[in-house]
Amino acid sequence: MGAPIPPAHALYCGVSGQFLFIAIPLIALCFFGWTIFRRLRPLFLALPDPRFDRPRERFALVLRNWLLQWKHPRYRLAGLLHIVIFLGFLVLSLRSLSLVLIGIFPGFDVQELLGHFTASYEYIKDYVATAVFAAVVVAAVRRVVFKPKRYQPRPGDTRNHTAEALTVLGLIAALMLSESAFGSGERAPAALTLAGGFRTVLTKLSVGSARSIRLYAYLVHEITFFAFLCFLPFGKHFHVLTSAFNIYLSKLDRGRVKPARWGIAEDQVDDLESLGVSTLQDFTWKHLLDFYSCADCGRCSDNCPAHAAGRPLSPRFLTIKARDACFEAFPVFGRSKNGASSTREFFSEDEIWSCTTCGACEEECPMQVEYIDKIVDLRRALVEDGAVPASLQKPLKALESRGNPFGKLEKRRADWTKSTATQPACEVKVLNKGAQAKTLFFVDSVSSYDDRIQRIARATAQILSASGEDFGILGPAEKDSGHDVRRFGEESLFQALRQQNSEAIRASGVTRIVAADPHALNALRHDYDGLPPVEHVSQFLWRQITSEKLHLRSGDDAGRVVAYHDPCYLGRHNQIYDEPRAVLDAIPGTKRVEMNRCRDRSFCCGGGGLMLNYEAPEKERIGSLRLKMACETGADTIVTACPFCLINLEDAIKVAGLESKMRVMDLTELVLEHMPSPTETPTPVTAAEPQTAMVH
Amino acid sequence: MNILVCVRRVPDPAENEFRLNGPRTDLSRDDLVYSINEWDNYAVEEALQITSRLGGEVTVITAGGEDDEEILRRQLAMGAQRAVLVSDEAFVETDARGIAMALAAYAKKNHFDLILTGVQAESGGAQVGGMMAAMLDLPFASLVTSIEALEGNKLKVAREVAGGNKEISEMDLPCVLSIQTGINEPRYVGMRGIRQVASVEIPSMDVGALGIAAAELQPKVERAGYFTPVSGTGAEMLSGDRDDIVNELVERLKARGGIPA
Repeated sequence: MGAPIPPAHALYCGVSGQFLFIAIPLIALCFFGWTIFRRLRPLFLALPDPRFDRPRERFALVLRNWLLQWKHPRYRLAGLLHIVIFLGFLVLSLRSLSLVLIGIFPGFDVQELLGHFTASYEYIKDYVATAVFAAVVVAAVRRVVFKPKRYQPRPGDTRNHTAEALTVLGLIAALMLSESAFGSGERAPAALTLAGGFRTVLTKLSVGSARSIRLYAYLVHEITFFAFLCFLPFGKHFHVLTSAFNIYLSKLDRGRVKPARWGIAEDQVDDLESLGVSTLQDFTWKHLLDFYSCADCGRCSDNCPAHAAGRPLSPRFLTIKARDACFEAFPVFGRSKNGASSTREFFSEDEIWSCTTCGACEEECPMQVEYIDKIVDLRRALVEDGAVPASLQKPLKALESRGNPFGKLEKRRADWTKSTATQPACEVKVLNKGAQAKTLFFVDSVSSYDDRIQRIARATAQILSASGEDFGILGPAEKDSGHDVRRFGEESLFQALRQQNSEAIRASGVTRIVAADPHALNALRHDYDGLPPVEHVSQFLWRQITSEKLHLRSGDDAGRVVAYHDPCYLGRHNQIYDEPRAVLDAIPGTKRVEMNRCRDRSFCCGGGGLMLNYEAPEKERIGSLRLKMACETGADTIVTACPFCLINLEDAIKVAGLESKMRVMDLTELVLEHMPSPTETPTPVTAAEPQTAMVH
Repeated sequence: MNILVCVRRVPDPAENEFRLNGPRTDLSRDDLVYSINEWDNYAVEEALQITSRLGGEVTVITAGGEDDEEILRRQLAMGAQRAVLVSDEAFVETDARGIAMALAAYAKKNHFDLILTGVQAESGGAQVGGMMAAMLDLPFASLVTSIEALEGNKLKVAREVAGGNKEISEMDLPCVLSIQTGINEPRYVGMRGIRQVASVEIPSMDVGALGIAAAELQPKVERAGYFTPVSGTGAEMLSGDRDDIVNELVERLKARGGIPA
């Protein structure tokens, strides 16, 4: 075999190779540069978003979610294929660069860059190219034969998504083949690789033919490489370019909602001309970058409870529709339509209200695309326009006038502590000037007023008392935490509620706060500022148990099989997964099982707070879907740690008529049944002259 | 089209516990919160929708006391261009006729193409709209469920009549209409919107400014008192398992004509 002719010295149909391989990159890079320039334009016109702080955390995220592809194996086969192709891109980018340079500088040798590592690199890259080729073939078979449901195009979308996917896979395959064919002539390729295969075949041909095939393989590689580069910013493969940036710039704080406007003090929100997102330019630049970065993989929608229930929301299409609108409003060639793209043209109101803010989509997205903040911003604009469903208007008005969504009287807020025909009173201090305590039990509206949910408030209070905790409640001074008011877009009302609660909490002089409602927990932790530390009652219980202050006893329910349902605002938004499980495991005689979708993949119950009032167009209740998952485990009890999960799952049981087979309990209710008898408990520490909400 | 919408501030039953005061002459008003009367809210929304189609301004008016200003502000936040508060001690004692007189006097002094009221107030007797129309000598339609503007200064108006049927009429403008709930979907008024109109000056006038002597507002109807109805008997709880209960209920509803047999 003769020494390979550098492509730059070859003639292609009489055209100088060097000329071709300078012209192709030049033209392609001009086109690519212009495209990127145009794509960046809307980002500069969009609203601000501070994403350049905390570089260590951001680099760590890039390392984990980009370089190590952490989230990909959550879908086993697709994830594995992606990891192989991604690894190929990383390893072979150097090879591609050196190939481009060879075309321009015939004397270039990759050894100049790699030195001693050249041989190992050459060896590895042949295997990588082969693996990528194999992955591409499997991916194509998957697309064409198995057609995973999550890739289905949106109803009414006429574009051929399979064709686009196959085109891209074809381009990658062409890159691998042409690289291997060309490379088979340079050094002896590794065994059992594409390049090795080409070498075997090409040595059987005449030296001249083999040489031409290799030179044309180089040309194919050059054209494919630059065509692919230019094609990337026109569709979902833009993510190849944006992913590392999108992950670096992603949101770092869980459970938090973005402020109404970055850079504007919260008390100045009332002075803004408009609130929320009603046109493309109302998104922040990072949210537009999210649209560009979506790989259209459908993992979000595959995990979205609203989508599963047949509500008109699919997070995937939310992003894709916005991306297409952005591409249309800011085309690569032609005039931009500044400010003209109203989000109403591509998002329906029901779509925007359908989201339960459970966060399953964000947890799953390998690209760290954000959804909740966008939904909240879109809702803020609907609230601004008065476009709030009638079923939500009454509870919002009641929150304004009474501080709770039920329109119940403020002075009845502590009535759950009083005795009723069926139960004795629950002795709880109401914190005010006369009564102080170390710990505040923040009850929130549903546990204060809902007949069924008051049992959670009572159980929590009894557990705290029995543990000797010096605690109290705010009583009538407590308002709704506003957690879901904020997430439903009523920012000003939320701020009013927050102000009243913050003042009451500070005035109470407590040094820590316990909540049994994860929505209250999340609000006090993430939506409020400057409060004492807040914990969930499951964390309190876990500490009592691990410090051996509390020994749960067996009850008359030995053999109970419980499935623990992770509430979204306890689990995903606050990362409290283990404590409730540890508490359950400390109950003698109880067996705990897991649903398939548990922990960070937990499936929402249907949503809390105002979501209870929203009548979504849907085929099936989200709670009913969750109940089926619980039934599949063989459990007889679902234990949860959130009042809204309890309401939704109890409703689902009634709808299914499964009252005799399945029940739902709050963690506190189950623990209360297993508390040691009063003689075994430490004496409660009572402050001087406690003022109780009731008189015996 | 310039539209006057007459509104009223009432304690919303969804947000209050009603108790009578000691002498049973009124509700105990210690711990009440107030809202705009629900029917009136639909009337304001209808006016806003009409003016957004045809142009013109919406003016909201209420007759009451200083406290009633809050609902005018809410309706300004909703989109009304002007608000007028007729505030007078005389309203404390007056009846529907007195209220209608004050509102009619304002309407007479200013030109409006259309005057809307709610069908009734939570605490009222569905009288003001009709009385105003009579005082102003204008055509009147009650229980209106749709409004369509026609050529030649006319309206096509649908009214709700018995059995869920609709009666369609053509009316000359100006006229007075009382608006039924369900005619539209009133928009939400957010707290930010209300705060933004917090400093808008709302003109207040007493009955003197409207050319009415306080004596004319003396009630013709004297309120004798309120009472809480005694809980009746006759409610029957069906028992048995769920299917039996449902079947029994369906049978009974069929027997009484509640659902088609």
